[in-house]
Amino acid sequence: MRSIRIGAGAGYAGDRIEPAIELAEKGRLDYLVFECLAERTIALAQQERRKDPSRGYDPLLSERMRKVLEPCRAGGVKIVTNAGAANPVAAAEMVREIARALGLAGLRVAAVTGDDVLGQLEGSLRIPETGGTLADLGDRVISANAYIGAQPVAEALALNADVVITGRAADSALFMAPLVHEFGWSMEDWTRLGRGTLAGHLLECAGQITGGYFADPGPKDVPDLARLGFPIGEVDEDGGLVITKVEGSGGRVSAATCKEQLLYEIDDPARYLAPDVVADFSGVEIRELGPDRVSVRGATGHERPATLKLSIGYRDGYIGEGQISYAGPGAVARARLALRIVEERLRLTGVRCRETRFELIGVDALHGAALSSGGPEPYEVRARVVGRTDSADEALRIGNEVETLYTNGPAAGGGATRQVREVIAVASAFLPRERVRTTVQCLEVTP
Amino acid sequence: MKLRQIAHSRTGDKGTVANISVIAYRAEDYAVLERYVTAARVKAHFQGIVRGEVERHALPGIGALNFVMREALGGGVTRSLALDAHGKSLSSALLSLELPDAGESSHDR
Repeated sequence: MRSIRIGAGAGYAGDRIEPAIELAEKGRLDYLVFECLAERTIALAQQERRKDPSRGYDPLLSERMRKVLEPCRAGGVKIVTNAGAANPVAAAEMVREIARALGLAGLRVAAVTGDDVLGQLEGSLRIPETGGTLADLGDRVISANAYIGAQPVAEALALNADVVITGRAADSALFMAPLVHEFGWSMEDWTRLGRGTLAGHLLECAGQITGGYFADPGPKDVPDLARLGFPIGEVDEDGGLVITKVEGSGGRVSAATCKEQLLYEIDDPARYLAPDVVADFSGVEIRELGPDRVSVRGATGHERPATLKLSIGYRDGYIGEGQISYAGPGAVARARLALRIVEERLRLTGVRCRETRFELIGVDALHGAALSSGGPEPYEVRARVVGRTDSADEALRIGNEVETLYTNGPAAGGGATRQVREVIAVASAFLPRERVRTTVQCLEVTP
Repeated sequence: MKLRQIAHSRTGDKGTVANISVIAYRAEDYAVLERYVTAARVKAHFQGIVRGEVERHALPGIGALNFVMREALGGGVTRSLALDAHGKSLSSALLSLELPDAGESSHDR
């Protein structure tokens, strides 16, 4: 049975670049996929694009392409990425220029658009997480993008594109599009689409299935994480899947790494909602075939949802934060005193916070008092104060009140830091799928 | 014994929902997970962190449970004030869950 090899070259926007080069050069790949778009990245990118219409795509895309375009051309490897973010067309033009500079005449770069639906939404659109409507968010709304499926990416591949760049697309769809294109899968073959979605889901976080995010010295050792190899999925015409990696690269592919990634970011495993299918992972079986070779079988699927998920980015006030460290005998008591002082100062100076946290890093910051109790007192501790405000000025005053502990607070506090950030929040909504119209544009590198 | 002795775990996040997998290292330990790591125990373990419901999904084919914890992430990763806004470290907290020792659970190790 025919199969193709798909590599995952990035699991998030800032991911390592060398593993993708290794895949392009030594992975014997057919496709290399870069997943570079976290939930709020596209809202930040939309703000960039408003400032400069030639921007709004992933700033690391140019470096990634400079490093992999030549080995991919040499090996006949096609590239799919969602790094187009808020501006896939500008990203495609940029990639074409890089390819031209590298002398890759004839290379074809496609941009998929249509995910940006901000201009076509009604104010009455319900947003379950806020409990209100789009209109309630008013001029705070920055972006609204639909998670598009594999179809338009497969169309771009059918136009002989060597590089396909999208904005918001479901992560798994980036991996499923090559399968639909190569094997001619019907977009109503729910079983195969379910299996393709599983392949995409397992590969989309790159190193998280090859031993990244897995090591726990003692029970779970992983070799050579500094040279972690990124995964390769071998997928056959029926959607049968083997996960592996480049021989000699760091990390490990085992049944255990595959199981952890199978359930990563999963709600009901029998109903994994994707744009193209409702996938069912509940009956999956995982078997080690040999060193760093794991078979994953048994996914299925059901008819796709009638709606597409939207990701709506909006401004949601400010967060101000300050931290300061204490060490040695009495460190925890001095840090707790510091927290009480800052709490009183915020009240005395009228800083209005919608929500605050006063906690000790090293004691109870991650999991709260109940789970953290009973441990020995640490040698050093870091007091952390963080609050949500409506204005940047008030957010700044939170960090200032921590900093003034230097000369006004408990003894021997050191290393104060402060930070203010505008909150770009993301909420989900749903839109009937027929309202989202995608377009594919293909650019060719001329000599 | 601690859950960490027989299982490994990873946390994921979607909006305000955190999910935690609990995966038996050995197939024969799955029954212990199924019996003792219930949705109610997980909810109690994370009291003060998880404000919503906790659901448990069983995957016997891979010897794993998946816990879905609603309203667990302080408004979600994009809004949360938490140091670990994704809740990524929650899996480690769950592995500290106490289980009956092998003898007590009639489980032959």
